[in-house]
Amino acid sequence: MAASPLPPPDPRFVLRGTQSAVHALHFFGGAKGQGQPLLLSGSLSGLVHIWSLQTRRAVATLDGHRGQCVTWLHSLPQGHQLLSQGRDLKLCLWDLAEGRNAVVDSMRLESMGFCRSTVLARGQRHWMLAMPGRGSDEVQILEMPSKTSVCTLKPEADAKPGMPMCLELWQAESSPRPLLLAGYEDGSVALWDVSERKVCSRVACHTEPVMGFDFDSQKARGVSGSAEKALAVWSLDEQQALQVCKTHELTNPGIADVKIRPDRKILATAGWDHRVRVFHWRTMKPLAVLSFHSATVHCVAFAANGLLAAGSGDQRISIWSLYPISSDSSTPLSGHVEDTEDGQELLMHRAEARTSRKK
Amino acid sequence: MDPARSAVRLTVREAIHTLSSCEDGGRVLSTLGSLRRYLSGAENPALPGEQEEFARVHFSALLRCLVGRLSPGWLGLLPDGQVEELWASFFLEGPADQAFLVLMESIEGAAGPSFRLMKMAQLLARFLSAGRMAAVMEGQCRQVTEPASPLLQETLLAKVVGLPDCLGNRLQRENLDAFLPQNYFPLLGEEMMRALHAVVDSLRGGWDCSVSFLSQVLGKACVRGRQKEMLGVLVPRLTALTQGSCLWQRVCWRLVERVPDRAVEALLTGLVEVAAGPEVLSRLLGNLVMKNKKAQFVMTRKLLFLQYQYSTPMLQSLLGYLATDSQRRPLLVQALKGLLETWGSCSAIRHAPLAQQRYVSKAVLICLALLGEAELQDSRDELLTSLMAGVKSRLDSSLPVVRRLGMIVAEVASARLHPEGPPLKFQYEEDELSREMLALAAPRPAADSPLEASPAVTPEAAETPGSGSVDGGVPQALLEGSGSDLDSDDELVPYDMSGDQELKKSKAPTYVRDCVEALTSSEDWERWEAALRALEALVIRNPAAAREVSVELAKVLLHLEEKTSVEGFEGLRQRALVAVVVTDPAPVAEYLTSQFYALNFSLRQRMDILDVLTLAAQELSRPGRAPKAPQCDPRGPAPPPGSAVAPAWRAVVEERIRNKTRRFSQGSARQGRDARANQFSSVAGYFFFPLIQHFDRPLVTFDLLGEDQLVLGRLAHTLGALMYLAVNTTVAVTMGKALLEFVWTLRFHSDAYVRRGLLSAVSSVLLSVPAERLLADLPDELLETRSWLADVADRDADEDCRMLAVKALLLLEKLRDRLLPLASP
Repeated sequence: MAASPLPPPDPRFVLRGTQSAVHALHFFGGAKGQGQPLLLSGSLSGLVHIWSLQTRRAVATLDGHRGQCVTWLHSLPQGHQLLSQGRDLKLCLWDLAEGRNAVVDSMRLESMGFCRSTVLARGQRHWMLAMPGRGSDEVQILEMPSKTSVCTLKPEADAKPGMPMCLELWQAESSPRPLLLAGYEDGSVALWDVSERKVCSRVACHTEPVMGFDFDSQKARGVSGSAEKALAVWSLDEQQALQVCKTHELTNPGIADVKIRPDRKILATAGWDHRVRVFHWRTMKPLAVLSFHSATVHCVAFAANGLLAAGSGDQRISIWSLYPISSDSSTPLSGHVEDTEDGQELLMHRAEARTSRKK
Repeated sequence: MDPARSAVRLTVREAIHTLSSCEDGGRVLSTLGSLRRYLSGAENPALPGEQEEFARVHFSALLRCLVGRLSPGWLGLLPDGQVEELWASFFLEGPADQAFLVLMESIEGAAGPSFRLMKMAQLLARFLSAGRMAAVMEGQCRQVTEPASPLLQETLLAKVVGLPDCLGNRLQRENLDAFLPQNYFPLLGEEMMRALHAVVDSLRGGWDCSVSFLSQVLGKACVRGRQKEMLGVLVPRLTALTQGSCLWQRVCWRLVERVPDRAVEALLTGLVEVAAGPEVLSRLLGNLVMKNKKAQFVMTRKLLFLQYQYSTPMLQSLLGYLATDSQRRPLLVQALKGLLETWGSCSAIRHAPLAQQRYVSKAVLICLALLGEAELQDSRDELLTSLMAGVKSRLDSSLPVVRRLGMIVAEVASARLHPEGPPLKFQYEEDELSREMLALAAPRPAADSPLEASPAVTPEAAETPGSGSVDGGVPQALLEGSGSDLDSDDELVPYDMSGDQELKKSKAPTYVRDCVEALTSSEDWERWEAALRALEALVIRNPAAAREVSVELAKVLLHLEEKTSVEGFEGLRQRALVAVVVTDPAPVAEYLTSQFYALNFSLRQRMDILDVLTLAAQELSRPGRAPKAPQCDPRGPAPPPGSAVAPAWRAVVEERIRNKTRRFSQGSARQGRDARANQFSSVAGYFFFPLIQHFDRPLVTFDLLGEDQLVLGRLAHTLGALMYLAVNTTVAVTMGKALLEFVWTLRFHSDAYVRRGLLSAVSSVLLSVPAERLLADLPDELLETRSWLADVADRDADEDCRMLAVKALLLLEKLRDRLLPLASP
């Protein structure tokens, strides 16, 4: 190791112009080898901005949540479809193909909470959606796009975990049964077997509500952040029992979001202390503290090529490039970008659409 | 009987006549040989009656004659030292006490170093090494039926114990090793053991014996301060011998009992020191304390209350001895009562040295651990009364150690005396003393032999942390090892994370006025805290703005209360106040000093005022004081390496400039330190005089000369510090005069802390006021002070006070030395 540590890194660039706090971030397209993705950001004022990482400008703005905060953005694997969840209790499905920006479908949420929904793709056209349900401690599972309510996951009467705070649907490679991880208000994380509608295991990770977690299904290990001053790393054994492996003490309390990079090397946390912290995923060794923002960081997102985006209450989105993904031979962060990618295509259409509109 | 007597007398008289006059070697030899018949153990001995008669009447005379004949020529009458050998055999084989007395007598009688003296000394050394001293003592023990005259015994005793002194005086530089006290007394101990063995043997054989001579020897040796040498030999042996034998125990008890009263104390202190634990002590002493008033006094009063230099184990074995027997336990209760009373007595707290207070506290704790529930309950009221009084006056004390002792003892004692009540718990930091004290309070496990118990306890205690850390250390090292192992293949080098500090949410105010407003009216506690944290830097950065509101700011800060738990609140407030005083010294100091004597302040606030004034004065008087950067929080982390990076580039830039610049002057480019006026000089009066003026006017809430002596002590220290900082100023002389008067009025204050303050104030007067002015303007005060200092250095109960007084006296001496060369030419 070098005698003196590397000086703290600076953001690669900063996206300004959302004009309100950024609450959701999502990289769109740009899967491996496909060049620059687009970045979607959801803001407190209810707008979704689509950013080009090449020009570093917003190329489009989607307004579908009637001025209420956008809390979650997710793109569906097929087509150019985007899901956005807003505090207006609506879940919108957008069609972004060929320069369109129309809401093709929307759904009413039953819960006033801050819990973000989650999606699991099942086959080409079908996907499963988990969102907070009507009862304050319920999670509702829907089959999409038919919007059929499959089931409602309600904890046992004596468990009293409080509201679900964050959800993640996933599926083990070995079995086709969908599983749901849910972080609850009482600081516990529970694993649901969706088809059996029962809790496989539940473990108390924090003393404060779980604000965000991410799960590495390959290593069967997850990390969660809460309002308290520590990160918890937990794992899932063969019997599908959760157990806390260790906790990592932080300098300041409050983690709004946790994301593991797709290559499972590092993870990033969005801190209430305005800082993004980067850890080595396997050892949980702290690697960097990114202090750029001047307000709470609400969300972090990793692109497939390793870019890290952080959205904050100071209305800025910072883009960082740390520890480049080594297996990738081309350097995706500064390299030349081909024109034929998903995101790029979308971008072109947008540009065309704009020019045509101007005409 | 008669004819035998006269026959012996005749033979002896003839022999003495022959010996004293005859120069013929053969005759001398044959005469001596014939006399040898009378010694016990010679071949073809005389009748027992004759032997006895010879030993009783004629032996000493013969020996004296032999001593008188001693000369080189006489010894040389026959070759090979035959005469000398025969001559010596009379001393070594004859009745030991007479031989010893004659030897000592002749040695004492010798005029100066001479052949005879040396011969006698060598003979005495042989006498000692042949173990004849045991025979001397044994002889005294056996004479039960017809004891030697007390006078003779007295003489013998004096000679036995005084042997090293006597020989040392006589032989001066030619003294033999065997007579040095450090060699002689252990030998005497050994001999005494042999005598005791003989006594025990003859007791077993049914003969009467008395150990009183041995007791006297032991006592006398102890009185002469030779307990260590004697008891170091005796106690381990006796400990072993008394273990299984009642006879030995009784002999031992008798031995101790018969020690004369005036030697009891010396013997007992020695015994308690050497004996390994209460059980041994109990075996050696028996119930001595119940039989002997003097012993009781020594054990229960003197060793506990009057002396305090002894070690804790000794205290434990002493009190343990009192506790081991049911007859002695009332004494222990009595001792505890006395101890607690002393512990709680107001005047003892004030006048006893700290070491003694510690000693008494330890004794109290040991007593409490030794006594049982029932015994404590019986005298609970009495104990509680003195405990409560003691706790109160101890907590009142201005010395932290005294308070600490009060807390520890109060906690332990209340837990023992009042087990049913809620436990008393004070907040004090754990340190060596408190740990030691608390360990004493824990009841000792009932060990069979303290010999084994005490060493077993100590290493265990010492090892526990070590083994614990080993246990904890191994897995940790393993964990770290495995962690770094995994990391090595990853090459994810961490970035510098030192900037990762606790986040303060609200923005710090940028103007002094904002701070004042935030501190006075804000209900937003984060803003309040931020204002407090920012204040010092703001005041230093904008002195002009700070001056506009200085007094108001001081007022706000002085009255500031810690409403939320802010880390380092006291330090922040203090530093801010100091910054305000430094920025605008005169008005703020005036305000603070006036508030010091105002109504309605807590002692804490008053002491804060003193501290702030001292610190500000220090800051003002710092030479070359530049507008300094705000101090960073001393408790906080080290300055971030970001600041360490800056000098690096600066160095690079400077290096570059140096390389490109040509200088035409030689020598170093360094600038001398710029001389600046002592800023404290002009305002020292504002700090000093208002403080010193009103100390003797009690308020309703504040009485410096009464019970608020802690503040008085602090005031004295502060005045001393201000005086010291006012060195080289014009007001120093006036200040010194006022301060000496202040010291004079308070010089007999009963609180040690106050006295320390006064002494340091005197020292600072001596340091700060120019010597000439001191002598010209304050000669009387100086003389008075000097005599007071000498008195304190001599007699004060507090060690620090004595030391400070000596230091001040040294300063005075130095002052005189400096002036004398000026005056003399």
